[in-house]
Amino acid sequence: MSPAALHHSRAEAFPANWWKRAGFALLFLYVLYAMSTLEITWARFVAGLGHADEFFARMWPPNFEATKLDLLTTGMIESIQIAILATFVGVLLSLPLGLLAARNLMPEWVSWAARGVIALCRSFHPIVVAILFVKAVGFGALAGILALIVASMGFISKLFAEAIEEMSLKQVEAVRATGASFWGVLVMGVLPQVMARFIGFAAYQLDSNLRNSTMVGIVGGGGIGATLFTAYQRFDYDFVLTILLAIIAIIMVSEIASGWLRKVFQ
Amino acid sequence: MSVEGTPHPIRKWEAHSRGERLARFAVYLGTAAAVVWSARYVEIIPEFLYDAPQQTVDLFRRMWPFDWSHYPKAVHAALIETFHIATLGTLLALVLAAPVALMAARNVSRSRALNLAATFILVSSRSVNSLIWALLFVAIFGPGALAGVLAIAFRSIGFVGKLLAEAIEEAREGPIEALKATGASPASLLIKGYWPQIEPSFWAVALFRWDINIRESAVLGLVGAGGIGVALDAALSNLYWDQVGLILAVIFAVVIIVEIVTSAIRKRII
Amino acid sequence: MTAANENSALELRALSKSYVPGKPVLRDISLTIPANGITAIIGPSGTGKSTLVRCINRLVTPTSGAILFKGLDLTQLSGKALRMARRRIGMVHQEYNLVERLSVMENVLTGRLGYVPAWRAFLRRFPQADIDRAFGLLDAVGLADFATRRADQLSGGQRQRVGIARALMQDPELLLADEPTSSLDPKTSVEIVELMQKLAAERGIPVIINIHDVELGKRFANRVIGMSQGTVVFDGLPENLTDRDLATIYGGESWIAAA
Repeated sequence: MSPAALHHSRAEAFPANWWKRAGFALLFLYVLYAMSTLEITWARFVAGLGHADEFFARMWPPNFEATKLDLLTTGMIESIQIAILATFVGVLLSLPLGLLAARNLMPEWVSWAARGVIALCRSFHPIVVAILFVKAVGFGALAGILALIVASMGFISKLFAEAIEEMSLKQVEAVRATGASFWGVLVMGVLPQVMARFIGFAAYQLDSNLRNSTMVGIVGGGGIGATLFTAYQRFDYDFVLTILLAIIAIIMVSEIASGWLRKVFQ
Repeated sequence: MSVEGTPHPIRKWEAHSRGERLARFAVYLGTAAAVVWSARYVEIIPEFLYDAPQQTVDLFRRMWPFDWSHYPKAVHAALIETFHIATLGTLLALVLAAPVALMAARNVSRSRALNLAATFILVSSRSVNSLIWALLFVAIFGPGALAGVLAIAFRSIGFVGKLLAEAIEEAREGPIEALKATGASPASLLIKGYWPQIEPSFWAVALFRWDINIRESAVLGLVGAGGIGVALDAALSNLYWDQVGLILAVIFAVVIIVEIVTSAIRKRII
Repeated sequence: MTAANENSALELRALSKSYVPGKPVLRDISLTIPANGITAIIGPSGTGKSTLVRCINRLVTPTSGAILFKGLDLTQLSGKALRMARRRIGMVHQEYNLVERLSVMENVLTGRLGYVPAWRAFLRRFPQADIDRAFGLLDAVGLADFATRRADQLSGGQRQRVGIARALMQDPELLLADEPTSSLDPKTSVEIVELMQKLAAERGIPVIINIHDVELGKRFANRVIGMSQGTVVFDGLPENLTDRDLATIYGGESWIAAA
């Protein structure tokens, strides 16, 4: 048998991670502080649940009347069109923008400028950008499309640039060593490594744009958002539910499609 | 294998098989068709387009210089509120998403029905925009930050839950098996087997979503759910473009700061 | 039903397993494992050695047959009863299977997960006796100074020692080892098997070890079982294992080195 076990303290077995403990304590205190600042109390929450009952009663069953379905279809189609165009143009513009922003391909001042543009595109919520475009080009789908083009460029270019920066330089050098021109290196050295990921980003962004296109209408950017907002303000909650269900269904289909799309280009 | 002199069949090199090529072609064709269809039928009013450059210049002229005095009055408090909404919303989302992620992970929940139900919850949460969630919660709980926190939380569940489920599914089975072999209960398996493996992903996802939520929270006020969006909405309604300019600039600054902070945290911890 | 022999730890009766119907990996295996010493199972890859060992603690569920362990038929258990049976059987794994991000001490203590409730595991409030035993076991496997190191900072041999400590932490009545040395270099392999032999003998625990290195098996085992294509083709003392037997087990003569 092994010699009699010496007595060991718990502290020896589990050294305390003071940073972690401090972090959690801080987080806990923060939550209490923030909740009191925002005046979020259990009482308010429970009162709200009372309204929720009423609210859900008015939403159910969803409204499937012909006139409403008409409105729904027109709105959804416009949203889909907005998403498609925004993604298409956004992707086209992101390719060069991402390439320009890659620090391993471009001189410093070029990549800095490109990154600045990308940061600007990303900083504002599509809805804010939509508001500005509505002012500039008026109500309607165009404002929504432009807003989502900006959003797409912000997202895709950034990830694309990061993918390029992460790629293996050895493969690029190997192609360069064969005497290929800049474009040759690009096509045979850079693009094969990053294309699959680029397609992935594009598919994800199509999805994201579809989601966002359903809401830009709230501020005048076209699509089903406007229909939804109107129904909401009129307390037509059963129609609101119909619209939500339609949105969820479309997004589900688009997610499946984008998953398949990524597999095809793998 | 082959003896010298025997003729080889000509071996062609193709980057992709026939099936793959067809699929890719179908995608290109489909994309072109979709784009053409959209461009033809989407309604664009040309008059507005001609106007656009002038309108844009006009817009920027009205925004600058910013109305700096507006900041201490309305903007600062609203900004703090936005921060709280984003943070509380993210934390709530983490708590709510964890069980759903466990249900959706196919290696933890063996029941297909459970997986599907959980996936449905996650997709629905993601499909509905945070702005729309905000509309719903404002209708239930009234305008204010509570609606905002819930809107952020419910929207984030889908994002966080999906990434967590993926992380759980990628956990190595070996240690899990070893713990099963010691007679561990399912709860112990989760705590000691799965959690240590997914912990880094958990915090990375949390940080990632918090970053996005700061941006989302800023606009929820447009529909009354609290935060700086309320100030923005007020400024827009009154056409005080210099205040609008200020608010946008402040939002931009906050986004940059948050991005720097999250990069720093990511470098140190992950 | 005949009662288990006093001298047997485990009895397998007509054990069969097919992962794919019609392609059995284990065919009607009947064996008695002695109650002390090391039993080595040898045979070519894919012959079902690993499946056999993993059927014992039900990481794999047999298609038919019985596994009698101290009067209990392991094939009939499920849920809590299965967990309670598993905690009496320790296992050392091929790829060590430690929780990489946890410390060595925490890994060893996971051996007690069959005995402590989840909340204790979560808060790490294991009983003091367990902590003392854990330190004792770390001493016994030669890793006394490594208690607070993260598992992924250890070498292969060190990780396997932690694996052994974890298995013994369960205070088991039987120790299983599924190819414990295949990821280790020859010298470390010998050390590991020697360690298992020593610690198991001290505690009076029988060991079933599934091993691909025949010489290692012969050197440390009291009993050798040779499997080929899902059936037992040799069952006896290591010194009785002839080249002919090896040829039957592994097929082909070219790999058997000249004596």
